[in-house]
Formats: sequence, structure tokens, C-alpha cells
Amino acid sequence: MTQLALVIDLNVCVGCHACVTSCKQWNTSGAAGPMSDDNPYGPEPTGTFFNRVQTFEVGEFPNTDTIHFPKSCLHCEDPPCVPVCPTGASYKRKEDGIVLVDYDKCIGCKYCSWACPYGAREIDEHQKVMKKCTLCVDRIYSPALPEAERIPACVMACPTNARLFGDIHDSESEVSVAIRERGGYALQPEWGTHPANHYLPRHKTKMHIHEDELVRVDNPLKKEGFPPHDPREPALDDIN
Amino acid sequence: MNPALSVVFLTTLIGAGQGLFVAMYVAQAGGAMGALPVQDGVRFYALGSALSLLLLGGGLLASFFHLGHPERAWRAVAMWRTSWLSREVIALPAFMAAVFVYGALHYLGWNDNLFGAASPGGGWTYVAGGVGVLLCITLFVCTGMIYACIKFIEEWHTPFTLINFTLLGVASGFVLATGFSAFAAPALVKFFGAWAITLTLVALIFRAASLLRNKRIRHMSNLQTAIGVKHTKIQQKAQGAMGGSFNTREFFHGKSALFLRSVKWIFLVLTFVAPVPLLWLALSSGAAALFVLAHLVQFIGLIAERWFFFAQAKHPQNLYYQTIS
Repeated sequence: MTQLALVIDLNVCVGCHACVTSCKQWNTSGAAGPMSDDNPYGPEPTGTFFNRVQTFEVGEFPNTDTIHFPKSCLHCEDPPCVPVCPTGASYKRKEDGIVLVDYDKCIGCKYCSWACPYGAREIDEHQKVMKKCTLCVDRIYSPALPEAERIPACVMACPTNARLFGDIHDSESEVSVAIRERGGYALQPEWGTHPANHYLPRHKTKMHIHEDELVRVDNPLKKEGFPPHDPREPALDDIN
Repeated sequence: MNPALSVVFLTTLIGAGQGLFVAMYVAQAGGAMGALPVQDGVRFYALGSALSLLLLGGGLLASFFHLGHPERAWRAVAMWRTSWLSREVIALPAFMAAVFVYGALHYLGWNDNLFGAASPGGGWTYVAGGVGVLLCITLFVCTGMIYACIKFIEEWHTPFTLINFTLLGVASGFVLATGFSAFAAPALVKFFGAWAITLTLVALIFRAASLLRNKRIRHMSNLQTAIGVKHTKIQQKAQGAMGGSFNTREFFHGKSALFLRSVKWIFLVLTFVAPVPLLWLALSSGAAALFVLAHLVQFIGLIAERWFFFAQAKHPQNLYYQTIS
């Protein structure tokens, strides 16, 4: 069994939206048709995206932390959106666990979007079909691309390498190791959807300075048992 | 959720259509057992079936407006093994066909007894009606389960959803049947009227119970589980879109809390409180127009009720869409 997934490292995501734009660029140019935009340069721009970066502020000033939170379809191992689809347009691929929508079968009833607790699905207001992240299924197997580029567009674009891509059912894969060793977690685990995508937690890098790092314990002038040096007394160096 | 008018009309219209059919069948069964006066096949049953079909057809028509691709609607029968929506798509036309056959048999007067004259209620129309009632129950279950099966919309994930869809549908059907019988079968007015009042009050008990339940819900998901950060103070600063998105349009009703509260009281009054004295008055005075008024008032109330049902549901995806910037 294979379950392809993204692992997103919140510790290094800088919120640059490069994954958003590269995703849109690749997926709007594909055979499935454009991801429509309305009013792109107007006051209320809106459109279809597979991937969005959101920003959260954690804590209260001055102890705040900014979390940039890329959000896309999590390709759940038990996707609640799939069984509710009345036409079978939504399906989960057996071979690699990617959850996809067949745009030719979708009737645009939006029921799947109601059945996704993550809000990962968005209807295309012009094509009137439900769209969502495909994990760049048209890239990752494409013989037309050089082997190094057979990864999702967002992963390729990320300048800080915050996005890892791989098979989470292969215990030795980069993503599995990252989840295992760096505290990878799933979103809203309470619903038992078993999201394939995981997030690596944000952790602040702190410097811990102990007293004994500032003052040498083995400082010969402060050896235990010696009385502390009185500056009014002549030091050892003063005696000739 | 942002209530879609198409679905509001679908569920209320087919509910009333189903209720009317159940009322007719109950009256026929009562007639067969000698408890109620027997009615004319054409004037009451065939016309009543036509009225029921009109409501069901109106609901079906409304449902098409919910679809992005109505021309592909036929595909929706495919996944009946897993999807309650697919099951509803099958159950609704099947029920409509049963109502049609039931009405047609009455119209044509084809009611030969299948089991011999000794067993009352063995006629063709009883069999067709019985199948219709089974399909009617199936349809109520399918419609309710579409909402009740989504476990993370906790306002819906309760048996109350199923009970209320059924009770409200049947109650509104009986109110309609009372008005209809005032024209088509005056002998049944008192029977239907009494049941219309009873069912409306029973529906009130269950709807009020579901309101109380939903008031006390403590949602399982919160911003901490949504983004996986354990902190009591998390504030969204950007949601990745400046002008809103499908997620902000589909899952937020955009109305104030006061508006929502007002709709709640309006539907409680129009659906449950107002029709009862109206029916009472109509029953004692015999004014047919009052029955129709009672039905119309209740139906407007039901539209408000269904709107509120959708608007009240808080989808966990809303946790990710709290600030536009």
C-alpha cells in the first residue's frame, strides 16, 4: 500500500505563498481547464485555489508567535468526502491514496464540501464542479518531466523546504521519518479521518545560558576553599 | 452553513407532499376498517395524489437549482451503496411513481381485491398505497440522513434531524390534508384536523428538544485542534484570500445573531403556534379558507424552520475562515 502525502513543517514556513502561486500556475494550465478567478484586480478578488496559506497569531503581546499555515486537501486515509458523493466523482485511488474528483462526473451538488471538516474543497464558480488538491497527480508520474521535477508544484516551489512529499506508508521514507522523529501531527484528529498530510510543529529556538557557562567553575581565582579576591588587596600579579 | 433556498424548498415541499400522501392512505385504511367514511376515488384520492405529486415535483424541480450541472443529475443514482444523497435521488422518483400509480388506480377505479372479498383492504390501491408508504418512510430517512450522517456538523448529527424532518413533513401534510378535505371530502375534515393539531404539537415537542440540545452543544473541534497548536489564545490574521472564497460563501450565512434569533422565534410561532388556533377556529366554524390559511402560515414557518436548521449548523471548516485579510 502506498499513501502519498505532504508533510508541512510549520517551523520553517515563512508564509511567502510561493506554494500557492506555483500550485495555481501548474493546475490552471492543465488539461482539466483553468481554475477560474473573478475580479482578480478588483476590490474583491476571488477564485479557486487548491492551496492557501493562512496566518495565525498565537499568544498575547509581547509573547506572540506567528504561524503560517499552508492548507490544502489532506488526502485522508478515511476520507469522509468520498462516500457521500452521489455520483462517484469523488474517489480515493487505491494505488497511491490520492483523493481526486472526476470533473466529468461531478454534478456540483457541493455535498462533499459539506462533508469535509477541513474546508479543503472549493467549487469552481465557472466550471461548476468541485475542485481540490490533486497532489499534482499529473506531475508526479509524468514521463515528460525530468525525474527531479516529478513532485508536486508546491513542494518544488517552497524556498525553505517546508514541504516534504512522499509515501507515509513506507516507514523509511523522508516523510515517515519526519513525522516519527519530529512530532508530526494530524489536523482535527477527533473525527477519525486519518489525514495523510501531517504538520511538523513550530518550535522556537531558544538559547539556554546557565550561570556556570558565564562564570567558569574551574576559574583558578575562584577555586573552592580559596577566599574570594578582595580588590583592595594586591593581586598575585601586583607582587614582584 | 449558508442555507441554499433550493434545498430549503426541496425538503419542505417533499415533506408536505409525503405527509399528504400518508394522510390519504391513513384515511383509506380507516375507511377499509369501517372507522372512517369511505371516500370517492377520483374526487379525493386521485386529486389528492395529484396535489401530492405537484408538491413532490416542485421539490424535485427546486433540487435541480442546487446543482452546478443539472444535466448530469442522472449520475447521482450511482453510489447508493454509500451515499444517502444518492439514495434520496432514487427514493424520491420511486415514491413519486408510487403516488402516481396510487392516484391512477383510484382514478381508473381499479381496486379488485387481491385476497378475496372477505379481507377488506386487499384491493390494488391498498397494495400500491402500502408500497408508497414504505417508500415514503425510506425517503424521510434518506432526506434526514443526508444531514444527520455528517458527524462533524454536530447540530445535525442527531436522531432529532430524522425525527424532525419526518414529523414536520407529516404534520404539514396533515394540515394540508385538512384543507384539501374541506373541499374534496368534508366528512374527513374533523379527523384530519384533529391529527393535524396533534402532529403539529408533537413536532413542536421534538423541535424544541432539538433546539435545546443544539443550544448546549460543546463543539469537539476548536482552533487548537484545527491547526494543532496548544494555546488558549490563537487569533487568525489572514485566511489566504482577500475577497472571500467558496469557503466563506458556502459556510457562513452572514446574518447577525439577532436575525438568527428572530428567525427562530418566527418559525416557532408560524409553524407550531399559529396553525393550531387557526385550525381550531376553522374546525369550529367550518370556513374552508381558514384551513388553507393555516397551511400557508405553517408552510412559511417551515421555510423559516429549514432556513434556521441550515444557518444554525456550525461547520468546523469555519475555524479556518475567521478573518479576511
